Amino acid sequence: MKVSLEQFDKAFENRIRLQIMSVLAVNNSYDFNSLKDLLQVTDGNLASHLKALEKEDYITITKSFIGRKPNTQYAATQKGKDAFKKHLLALENLINQQK
Amino acid sequence: MKEKDVYAELSSIRDLMERSSKFISLSGLSGVIAGLYALAGAGLGYLLVHNLKTETGSDGPYAGEPVIFWQLFMIALAVLVFSVVTACWFSVRKAKVKNENVWNPVSRRLLAAIVVPLFTGGLFIIIMMMKGDYTTVAAACLIFYGLALVAGSHYTYNDVKWLGFCEIFLGLLALVLPGYGLILWAIGFGLLHIIYGTILHFKYER
Repeated sequence: MKVSLEQFDKAFENRIRLQIMSVLAVNNSYDFNSLKDLLQVTDGNLASHLKALEKEDYITITKSFIGRKPNTQYAATQKGKDAFKKHLLALENLINQQK
Repeated sequence: MKEKDVYAELSSIRDLMERSSKFISLSGLSGVIAGLYALAGAGLGYLLVHNLKTETGSDGPYAGEPVIFWQLFMIALAVLVFSVVTACWFSVRKAKVKNENVWNPVSRRLLAAIVVPLFTGGLFIIIMMMKGDYTTVAAACLIFYGLALVAGSHYTYNDVKWLGFCEIFLGLLALVLPGYGLILWAIGFGLLHIIYGTILHFKYER
């Protein structure tokens, strides 16, 4: 059964982007390597999706160093959280409609 | 988008939210084993105290005797070390089976949450012992351990919070009934850990 995708956020069409937002929705911040471990994706793949979310202003990036190692923390913005909530509601509505 | 895709999407979101914010590599089995260590330690401690009473014939505060006191202290320390090592080992093993990393942001937050009450409690106990006041040691162990569990429960299974409340209650009880320190200590660290570990095991590991 096909349904219209208009109510869905284009930024979350990709599964990994949606997963990144799920993690950032319940955590104040998360670092790159831990995200990579959690989602089991490659560096390049994760980086490109994070960049896409940053472009939408859904997440913020804070770069720092721990010793000599770079440490990049990601956090969801209010805009990103709202968009994520809206997307979840749309998913729920979809299920309710089909019942 | 098909209906079952939506369901799969929602369940993967929920799964990630849980895994990223809660430390779920805690093993119920290690709780049971820690409880057994504690019971064995308490049994050994009881024997030592009991022997002393029959030898000296006195019924006084046994912990005042320096020898017995250090023996009890070393037993408690051994129980603690064995329990922590077992818990870490089982957690690492459980995480490996699930192909996860134990050292992640959640486990770091969990440690940060429990370290303050645990260290405060440890120092409190050492200070009380240096002052020669042994009556509050059992109570302080239970109370500060309970506080650490309640503080850490935010980052792991919610059941840990209830274990924490029970430990705090037993600790306060030990303050009210000073002569029952050892038995309450055995209930708190032995029996409760076995019950809690069993619940955890059947609730989440099957």
